[in-house]
Amino acid sequence: MTLDLVLFLVLALVAVASALGMLFSRNAVYAALYLVLNFVTVAVFYLLLSAPFIAMAQVTVYAGAIMVLFLFVIMLLGSDALPKSQVLPWQKPLAIVMSVLLAAEAAYLLVTKARPAGDVLPPTELVNTTENLRQLGNALFTDYLLPFEVVSILLLVAMVGAIVLTKKEKGARQ
Amino acid sequence: MKYAVEPPRRTMIPVDYYIILSAILFTIGVLGVLIRRNALIIFMSIELMLNAANLAIVAFGSVIQNFSGQIFVFFVIAVAAAEVAVGLALIVEIFRTKKTIDVDQMSSMKG
Amino acid sequence: MITDWTLWLEWFIKSLVWIFALLGGFAYLTYYERRALARIQTRVGPNRAGPFGLLQPIADAIKLIFKEELSPAKAYKFIFFLAPILTLVPSIVIAAVIPLGPPIQLFGRQINLVLADVNVGVLYFMAIAAVAVYGIVLAGWSSNSKYAMLGGMRSTAQMISYELALGISLIPVILLANSMSMVDVVKAQGMLWFVFLQPVGALIFWIATLAEVNRAPFDMPEAEQELTAGYHAEYSGMKFALFFMAEYQKMIVICAVMAVFFFGGYLGPGVDKYPLLGPVYLFIKVFLLLFAMIWVRATWPRFRYDRLMSFGWKVLVPLSLAIVFITATGILLAEETGNPMWMWAIPAASVIAGLIPVVTIYRTLKRLSYERA
Repeated sequence: MTLDLVLFLVLALVAVASALGMLFSRNAVYAALYLVLNFVTVAVFYLLLSAPFIAMAQVTVYAGAIMVLFLFVIMLLGSDALPKSQVLPWQKPLAIVMSVLLAAEAAYLLVTKARPAGDVLPPTELVNTTENLRQLGNALFTDYLLPFEVVSILLLVAMVGAIVLTKKEKGARQ
Repeated sequence: MKYAVEPPRRTMIPVDYYIILSAILFTIGVLGVLIRRNALIIFMSIELMLNAANLAIVAFGSVIQNFSGQIFVFFVIAVAAAEVAVGLALIVEIFRTKKTIDVDQMSSMKG
Repeated sequence: MITDWTLWLEWFIKSLVWIFALLGGFAYLTYYERRALARIQTRVGPNRAGPFGLLQPIADAIKLIFKEELSPAKAYKFIFFLAPILTLVPSIVIAAVIPLGPPIQLFGRQINLVLADVNVGVLYFMAIAAVAVYGIVLAGWSSNSKYAMLGGMRSTAQMISYELALGISLIPVILLANSMSMVDVVKAQGMLWFVFLQPVGALIFWIATLAEVNRAPFDMPEAEQELTAGYHAEYSGMKFALFFMAEYQKMIVICAVMAVFFFGGYLGPGVDKYPLLGPVYLFIKVFLLLFAMIWVRATWPRFRYDRLMSFGWKVLVPLSLAIVFITATGILLAEETGNPMWMWAIPAASVIAGLIPVVTIYRTLKRLSYERA
């Protein structure tokens, strides 16, 4: 057992526990907070995987912007737990069986078929250099320039869409 | 696009561990979508699934020593931000007309 | 993984130094602020406890510790307890990437006067600043009271909006320094501080930081007249003290960050020869920047909330995008023509771009005041 492995196992435990916490909390605010914990743990995994830029983007965008937006909407709509409704009572057990099947299938396929040869190396001093970051930026703005531009248009469209959807029409009731 | 210098081989974590973790997280996300009735929590579960996929992509990218994995994840994060903005706006709009965010109550096509 | 125990010891000592510096800084910043505010308002300020009132912070601390702790009956207890901690921690954690001085030789080894020199230092700062919102939102929500809730909601909206301008105004710094590491940013300012190359960026950063730490004139979340005390209305005793501490520590840390990004960090005459002068210069810069914050508080009335939001979205964000464009163009021109004088086009064009909203706002306000009269 190396220190890396211990760190991985502890973090994996936190990640799975917080995901389950999100799944089972009745109150939406607690669910959101568990999810924030999960996102931060995933960011630490990115650090372990030698991807500091993605780790910081994960914390800034997911934990800092997306989840704050979620909390904001939960507070706006009222965070009370919903009454228990049973419209489709057979759905829950079926869902659990299907998901277990999915998990087994996914793990089996990924480990046997789609597995890249090799192991994940721990980050070295090299990861923490400006050169590394510069190469990432170069790749982003040369090989992936078109997707980058498309994403920027997508963000603009989403922004306009969100404003149009939530804006009250002039002269509307309320 | 490779790393500048091949890092020295030291202790390592098998990539399978990351894949299994990612599969577990994805499954929890799927379960959330299937068994929860609160539209906001369903939406959060979708975010969890996106994250599980991201983790797998970065793990693969780290194994083959290539930046492409990180760049894909960067795009996924940007698209997720756009998706959340529109999705939450929709949920707010549904709440305004239906006065609930229980997906079982959203059964009619007319608002 | 690092097994060298001396390195662990070094990190431990550096963290301890930062935490104590911030604790002491918090205590005496409250004293500094009260004295400076009093001086501006031609009062005397606290001068009873000890010589010049220097023991006042200790008296305040004792008072806060012994106050009774109340928590509302319908509060969400665990989160109510967690929120002050979540507010305080980010303000300390940001300090990890702030370089205090050039490397020094001590006990026969080189010691870098920075806790962590990470290559994504600027992003780290942004990430922690983004997470800092949680404490305030959760404090507002878990108190289960309408004033606290409104204060929390206001501050969420405010902090998310101004984070954008904060982040974008840092891009010129990254471009000029050609690196995202805070240490490199300081080193790149050896010739010229970035405040001279990008004055508008520095101003936007300054305004956005005032909004981020909820200082006057952006202290909307805790506007006394409207919301009693905003998100911390239900807090008392030591829990309230933690919010108080978080605000002042955040002021110190963010002034240090500002000094690093725009005012040359620890650089000053003689630093190359005597590296220990570095922390002294940084301290002087932080001291002066803190005075500017206090000065703003003494001078400016609070913004109206809708104007605050439109100022953030309609003025600061477009302007910071414009200066990113101007800075990139200036650097490109200087590189392509090989003439470094093009760099001076950056401040010139930025100031012109900055004057446009100033003139527009001035004229609009003047027109509005005529219409009202």
